[in-house]
Amino acid sequence: MKKTRRDFLKTAAAGGALMLAPLSASAQQEIKADDEAVGMFYDSTLCVGCKACVSKCKQVNDMAAAPMPGDNDRVWDAPNDLDYRTRNIIKLYKDEQDPTKHAYVKYQCMHCIKPSCVSACPVSAMQKEAGTGIVFYDKNICIGCRYCQVACPFNIPKFEWPETFPKIVKCDLCKFTNLKLKNIPACCEVCPTNAVIFGKRKDLLAEAKRRQAENPGKYEKHIYGEFEVGGTNVIYLAGTSFDNLGFPELEKESAALMSEHVQHTVYKGFIAPVALYGFLAFVALRNRKSAEEVAHEHELEHELEVEIEHELEKEKHEKEGKH
Amino acid sequence: MAGHHDEYQVHRAKILTPAFYVLLFFTVLGFLLIAYRFVMGIGAVSNLSDGYPWGIWIAYDVATSTAFACGGYAMALVIYIMNRMKYHPLIRSALVTSMFGYMLAGMSVMVDVGRYWNAYSFFIPSRWQPNSVMFEVAVCIMAYNVVLIIEVLPAILERFIHMKDNRFPKLKHYAMIIYPKLDKVLIFIVILGITLPSMHQSSLGSMLIIAKSKLNPIWHTEILPLLFIINALYIGYATVIFESFASSMAFRRPFEKEVQQLSRIIPYVTGIWLTVRFIDLYVRGQLSAAFAGDFYSWMFMAEMLLILTGTYILMWNQYRRSPRMVFIAAMFLLIGGGWFRFNVYLIGFKPHGNWSYFPSLPEFFITIGLVAFEILGYMVLVKLFPIMPKVHGHEATAETAKAH
Repeated sequence: MKKTRRDFLKTAAAGGALMLAPLSASAQQEIKADDEAVGMFYDSTLCVGCKACVSKCKQVNDMAAAPMPGDNDRVWDAPNDLDYRTRNIIKLYKDEQDPTKHAYVKYQCMHCIKPSCVSACPVSAMQKEAGTGIVFYDKNICIGCRYCQVACPFNIPKFEWPETFPKIVKCDLCKFTNLKLKNIPACCEVCPTNAVIFGKRKDLLAEAKRRQAENPGKYEKHIYGEFEVGGTNVIYLAGTSFDNLGFPELEKESAALMSEHVQHTVYKGFIAPVALYGFLAFVALRNRKSAEEVAHEHELEHELEVEIEHELEKEKHEKEGKH
Repeated sequence: MAGHHDEYQVHRAKILTPAFYVLLFFTVLGFLLIAYRFVMGIGAVSNLSDGYPWGIWIAYDVATSTAFACGGYAMALVIYIMNRMKYHPLIRSALVTSMFGYMLAGMSVMVDVGRYWNAYSFFIPSRWQPNSVMFEVAVCIMAYNVVLIIEVLPAILERFIHMKDNRFPKLKHYAMIIYPKLDKVLIFIVILGITLPSMHQSSLGSMLIIAKSKLNPIWHTEILPLLFIINALYIGYATVIFESFASSMAFRRPFEKEVQQLSRIIPYVTGIWLTVRFIDLYVRGQLSAAFAGDFYSWMFMAEMLLILTGTYILMWNQYRRSPRMVFIAAMFLLIGGGWFRFNVYLIGFKPHGNWSYFPSLPEFFITIGLVAFEILGYMVLVKLFPIMPKVHGHEATAETAKAH
């Protein structure tokens, strides 16, 4: 018995080592944007809050209106926030002490360089386009598990809760609509003040830094999206803190990378599960051999099998008798 | 192998008891609400939102209920790997509980996913996404469901083989052909039945690693998979105890002495878990947050208190001798262990912005309906097939006979 206890401890140690392996592994690898990656650059100080981008987005992507409460005639499209009818929205921030101080902010998918939604999706319904880095969604594959929603640090993917046959909705930089037809996302096409512009990420980042350098004191030092969760292809400049504008404060490290790291350490080449199976089988088979009870068990099994054979024979005879 | 056919017995009692009808009522209610959900959509029955896309259907029915269904896994580990054959009589009822627990998880997932008709995606290799923790969990749980059915199969086959009046001659014939063959390979299925839960129970913890910015740091750690698998083990043993005591009360059977002995293992398992938990909090510098006295800290302390109390009771021999104390300790561990999983999946989960979640009544009743269905299935199955451990001694048998 003592021997088996030691075996168990060994098994437990092996299992524990399996699970702990991720801890000992090296630090995170670096995430780098593709040189060809495209994105958007939104300058909060230029936005006048006209919402042309909101209505154009809905128009080209065929999204339903979100009426205001009490608007029974459905005259206005007045979305409160991003939801299954709204991929893109403009919001207003007002300073509590000084109401004359205000700023607009635009929300939509950030198109992460290492998107959590893509990493989370079990069936590859969320994908990142090679080259452009656009994160897009294929409803024909999606099973609707909403792990993408759980995983996204920006709460971007939205689910059609009232629908019988729902899907996920999120900005895909007009990949299938405006970008395909006119080479520019709808919001960037219609913006009258060029508050949001479209381009390659590296060019946009250079432009943001140029504006910061040319207008000292006008902007926050922080370029939102430059490093957040490994960097995003949509970047922001603002005259007030990003906390005021409703953005979450995020680490530079990508949680998606962390999750994949743990998962791949445990499941690399499927070696660990197979080894675990082999080890357990080895222990169990040896235990079975040595156990006293097993001898007894075999006896009983044998009895039953003899009984079965006997019964089968009887059946056979009966059948032959019939013929 | 599992052919100790003298170890088990059919629990001979009426199937259509008052408890049966109560459970049936909740089952039917649950299934009616499920039908409503499939017509009107998930939003019509639940309080789920874009901030809280997962509610109790995932936090309880999948993440917690599969831990409650780890009795079969935990027992197989003791019996076949630690070589404690004396616990063998307990395995079948544990496996049946596991089978229904995992079935509940499977059914809940089909209620919860929005685009269930695309679920075949899991069988299309070009869509496989090995980076996804969900992918591993889903495939592994599907496989384990099949394994559990095969593990329970011998009990069903034995019933047909031993049938006296020979009502189903064809079935008996096939049962007799399958039984010896199944018996030869069953040990390999049993080992698979230990490997698969080791995989998906740890992955259920990995699932929330990706939501780092939303999960409170008291619970978010890279070793969530390790915490979840140990947690599954002690919940598994606690379930075996709970199930054994519950059925001995409901079916008026004598207590199974093996269960009390089994409870000795638990303090070792919880001890390891608590040690890992505290070392992890210390290393990540979250100990002060854990005892800061805010809402999350209280939730953490409740989790700890429940598990510590259960562990403490089972550390003392005199308590372990009292069936009632063993049962109470098991309840503490079931609730405490489940509490930990709820903390990870729901309570410690806070998305950026103004979101809140409390399950709606239909959400509750769908979960209750599925649980009722699970218990109903267990109660019927043990009355039809040799699953319960055989009652030893004349006194016990007489008592059982008198009760019915």
